Amino acid sequence: MIEVRELRREFKVATSKGLRRNYKTVTAVDGVTFDVAAGEAVGYVGPNGAGKSTTIKMLTGILVPTSGHITVGGVDPSKQRRDLAKRIGVVFGQRSQLWWDLPLQDSFDLLKSIYRVSAEDYRKRLEECVELLGLREFLSTPVRQLSLGQRMRGEITAALLHAPELLVLDEPTIGLDLESKERLREFLADINTRRGTTLLLTTHDLDDIERLCPRLMVIDHGRVLADGPLEELRAEVTPDRELVIDLREPGPAPDVPGVTAVRSEANGLRHHLTFRRAETTAAQLITQVVRQVEVHDLAVVEPEIDDVIRKLYQRQLDQDVRR
Amino acid sequence: MADVIYPRLIGARLRSQMSYRASFALDLVTQVLAQWIELVVILVLFGHVSALGGFTRDEVLLMYAFAGIAFGIADLFAGQLDNLPTYIRTGTFDVLLMRPLGTLPQIMVSDVRLRRVGRIVGAIAVMVYALTHVGVAWTPAKVALTIVTPLAGAVIFGAIWVVTCSVCFWIVEGREFANAFTYGSNTFTSYPVNVYSAPLRWVMAFIVPGAFVAYYPSLALLGKQDPLGLPGWVGWASPLVAALAAAVAGFAWRFAVRHYRGTGS
Repeated sequence: MIEVRELRREFKVATSKGLRRNYKTVTAVDGVTFDVAAGEAVGYVGPNGAGKSTTIKMLTGILVPTSGHITVGGVDPSKQRRDLAKRIGVVFGQRSQLWWDLPLQDSFDLLKSIYRVSAEDYRKRLEECVELLGLREFLSTPVRQLSLGQRMRGEITAALLHAPELLVLDEPTIGLDLESKERLREFLADINTRRGTTLLLTTHDLDDIERLCPRLMVIDHGRVLADGPLEELRAEVTPDRELVIDLREPGPAPDVPGVTAVRSEANGLRHHLTFRRAETTAAQLITQVVRQVEVHDLAVVEPEIDDVIRKLYQRQLDQDVRR
Repeated sequence: MADVIYPRLIGARLRSQMSYRASFALDLVTQVLAQWIELVVILVLFGHVSALGGFTRDEVLLMYAFAGIAFGIADLFAGQLDNLPTYIRTGTFDVLLMRPLGTLPQIMVSDVRLRRVGRIVGAIAVMVYALTHVGVAWTPAKVALTIVTPLAGAVIFGAIWVVTCSVCFWIVEGREFANAFTYGSNTFTSYPVNVYSAPLRWVMAFIVPGAFVAYYPSLALLGKQDPLGLPGWVGWASPLVAALAAAVAGFAWRFAVRHYRGTGS
């Protein structure tokens, strides 16, 4: 679906020093290479200014790469922008493609004309989105009066009316409340699995990734730091897991082989036992623990995805220093 | 199919405006007043002189009317290019680039303001008055010329708008520069070009082909000699000039958008 090879993008940034204007070249995307197969759901994450939006703009044909090669659905985005536009859907969380002063329904009708969707397809697709996203009650409300969550559901519907093969979402859940986020995620997961629509999304909300994207790409300073299944990245970067036990009576932490660190809380009522996933399993550990102490409750905690990404950055920094 | 899309987009825009009724009505009145004020300037002028550059009051009114109609039509479609800096800054332009349509037509239909029709109607009234008072020796060709002139003029104005607004892709706040040519050339074309000093005349009449909006077609219609010495057929050349201007504008726009996609500022 997407093929990116050695993609580079530079910007000239004006730096004013007194009256003289100098230009400095900033590399926003620096040799990015990846493939996305049809039907995949890929999370594209990184801090602000890492090059995410620039990559997306090049994939959608808005920006032309400085060098490198892109094909999206067999088409070169920078040369065949309009052909590509018919086949992909794009949602920017921060900007709207709806008609601000018109009822939501009117925006959909206009997009139907713009993308030349047949009346029958249009009715079927719109009905599906209206049903799954619960748009019915505000279809006749002007877009400017919609809440952010409602508008976002409208934006996603707008991007799907022409049944794109690829849906690109730039921060789709930004600013939404928990319930709206959950509803969107559920819907996106559904169109990905059921309709086979390829998803590429950038986000700051790592729950989006956890819920939606089996594959994660981490970018920083214009370079891909890691690319793979979330689980693999987690295992590779943060080999530690944690077993949290709540005791019936306060007491010292049980002494169990395989535990590398212990942290106690609440006067010895709760203990965090860190262990290496490669060396011991949670099950082995639990068997040993319940032999020694009376356990009220326990939980196995995976490292937060934020930690995973932080460690990836750290690893990259270390490599840079060594070089 | 494509021909269906743009009327629908315009219709959508008009419905949007109707959702703010009070401001729509106020705008309409403002536009009519604006057009009248320019008229008053000409009338006051001719209260003091009997001819301007060898042209009578009614002859100047004819030029003013041609320019007014042409500008009104151009403003209706190209006027929203004034919003281009905002589109670029807020990323709306990127949304236009994501659609399977050309960017220029999308902008042109994005904000068609019906209130601007007030201007056109006012100018048509002046044209009717002027034509009945200047004594044209009517022929079928001259009738055609009368109809084609404001349309060709609208294309010329539109082209000026597109070319000068393309500058906004380099200098985002380049609007003042653009306005000098768009609104400036409206004022310029409302008067006989021979009243201006030579350098201004050359730039505004031929490089920016403003003299072909009203001045030369009016000469042909009135059967007058050009005081500047150009042959009579020039008065019939406006459609050709308009086509040329449109081609230049199309080229300039494409070049500007290519620059934008290359820099993404």
